[in-house]
Amino acid sequence: MSTRRKSYLAFLLGPGGLWLTLFFIIPSLLIVAYSFLERRDGGGVIWQFSLDAYIKLFSPTGGAVINDFMLIFFRSFWWATLTTIICLLAGYPLAFYMSRQSRSTANILLFLVMIPFWTNFLVRTYAWKFILNNNGLINSMLQALEMPRIALINTPTAVIIGLVYGSLPFMVLPLYASMERFDFSLVEAGQDLGANYWQVFTRVYLPLTTPGVVAGCILVFIPVVGQYVVPTILGGGKVAMLGNILAQQFGPALNWPFGSAIAVVFMILLMFGIAIQFRMQREEEL
Amino acid sequence: MDKSFLTWGKRFLWLNMIFSFLFLYIPIVVLVLFSFNDSRLGAKWGGFTFKWYIEMFNSEAVLTAFSNSIMVAVISTVIATILGTMTAIAMERFRFPFRRTYDGILYLPVIIPDIVMGVSLLAFFALLLGSVNTAFGLEGNAAWRPGLTTVIIAHVAFNISFVAIVVRTSLKDFDKSLEEAAQDLGADEWITFRHITLPLIMPGILGGALLAFTLSLDDFVITFFTTGPGGTTLPIEVFGRIRRSISPEINAISTVMLIMSMMLIVISQFIQRRNNV
Repeated sequence: MSTRRKSYLAFLLGPGGLWLTLFFIIPSLLIVAYSFLERRDGGGVIWQFSLDAYIKLFSPTGGAVINDFMLIFFRSFWWATLTTIICLLAGYPLAFYMSRQSRSTANILLFLVMIPFWTNFLVRTYAWKFILNNNGLINSMLQALEMPRIALINTPTAVIIGLVYGSLPFMVLPLYASMERFDFSLVEAGQDLGANYWQVFTRVYLPLTTPGVVAGCILVFIPVVGQYVVPTILGGGKVAMLGNILAQQFGPALNWPFGSAIAVVFMILLMFGIAIQFRMQREEEL
Repeated sequence: MDKSFLTWGKRFLWLNMIFSFLFLYIPIVVLVLFSFNDSRLGAKWGGFTFKWYIEMFNSEAVLTAFSNSIMVAVISTVIATILGTMTAIAMERFRFPFRRTYDGILYLPVIIPDIVMGVSLLAFFALLLGSVNTAFGLEGNAAWRPGLTTVIIAHVAFNISFVAIVVRTSLKDFDKSLEEAAQDLGADEWITFRHITLPLIMPGILGGALLAFTLSLDDFVITFFTTGPGGTTLPIEVFGRIRRSISPEINAISTVMLIMSMMLIVISQFIQRRNNV
C-alpha cells in the first residue's frame, strides 16, 4: 500500500475507531474491571481487588441451593427461550404465507409487519398495559359481561405477551428474507423423485430456510434476555428479569461491582448461547 | 388425502396470518382510539375529545422532551452517518492488519443487549466526568454532569455500527471496476469518492441515516442510563408518566410518536423504491 493510500485509510478508520474505542470498548472493559473491585457506599467503586461480587452472585442463601439472583438469571433465559419458540411457531408459517403471495400483496404484508418494527417500543408496551390493566380493556369487557375480573397485569403471562409482541417482527423479517429467495422448483424436483410433503419440508425447505430461522432466533433471543422495559411496565417490578436487577444495582442499590459481575456473567452466558445456535446451524448445513 | 391436507394447510396458514396481524395491531388501534376518549378512567368510553392533545401541547415538559429528542436524534445521526460511512468504506475497500477483529468489534454494539451498554456507559461517564471535575476543581454549577451531551455520545456509539452495516451492503452491491476505471483515468481518492462512490452508495447512506435517526428517537434504555438533569427525551418523559399512572394523555403522546414512526417508514420506503429504480 502506498503511503498516500495508508493515510487515506487512517483518515477513514480513525474517527470511528476512536469513538468506538472510547465509548464502547473502554466502557465494556471498565465493567469487567469493576466486577473485581470493592463496593463504595453511595455508588462507584474502591480500587481494591475483591471477589465479593462474584461470591454474592453464586453463593446460596437461606438454605436454598439457588439464590434469588441465579433464579432471575434462570428465569430470563427461560422466558427468552419461550418467547423465541412462540415467535418461531407463529412467525414461520406467517413468513411462509407472505412469501407465497403475489409481489404486491407480499409487499403490503411486509409493510404491515414493519410498522410495529419501526414503532417506538415503549409505546407498544404501554399499549398492552392499557389492555391488561385491572381496569383495562379486557377486564372492562369481562365486567360488562358480568364475569369476574382476572389478574393479568404484573403476572408472568403479561410479561411474556409483551415480550412476544415486541419480538415477532424481528422473527418474521429474516424468515421472510430467506423464504423469498427459495427456489420452488426444488420442491417440484423433490416431489418428482417421490418425496411426500413432509419429506420435502424437512429435507429441502427447512434446511434451506435455516439461516433465516437462526438469524430470527438470535434477533429475538438476545434483546429479550436483557429486557428492562417490558418486565418494568407489564411486570410492575414484581416479576423481575436480568435488566431489572442490573438497573437496580446501578440505581437504587448502588452496588456497582455486583451489577458489573451480573453484566459480565450475563455476557458470557449469552456468548455461549450464540455459539450454540451457530453450531446448530453449521451441523444442519453439513 | 393429499388434497384435503393442502386445503387444511392453507386454512391454517391464513388463520395464523389473521391472528398474527390482529395481535400486532389491536394494541396500536386501541391506543390511538383511546387517545380521543373523554373519560380519564382507563377503558370506559366517555365520548370523543381532543383535550388530551391540547393538554399535551400545553405541557412544558412534553415540549421540552420533544425538542430534546429531535436535537439528540439529528446531531447523533449526522455524526454516526459520517463516521459509519467512513468506516464502511475502509472495511470494504481496504485490506489491513486486524481487519477481521475490527469487523467483529463493529458488530458488537448491534448484538449486545442495550441494558449492558447502558450500564457500562453509566459507569464510564461517572468515572470520566468525576475525574474531569476533580482535576479542574469544578464544583456546583460548573461541574460536568451527564445530560444531553452524554446521551448524544452514547447514541453515536451504537449508531456507527448500524450505519456501517447498511452502507457496507450497498458498497458490496456495486461494480468496483467503476472506481478502478476512474482511478486509471487519473482521478485521486477524493474525486473518485465524490463523483463515483458517493452517488452510487447514497441510497445506502440515506437508509443508514434513517435507521440511525429512528433508533435514536426510539431509544429509551441507553438514554435512561446516560442522561442527567435537564436531559429528558420523549421516551424518558413517557416512561416516567407510565410509571406514575396511566392516563389518556400518554395515549395522545404515544399517538404522536406513532405518527412520527409511520412518517419515517414512508420516507424509508420512498428511498428504497428510488434505490430499486
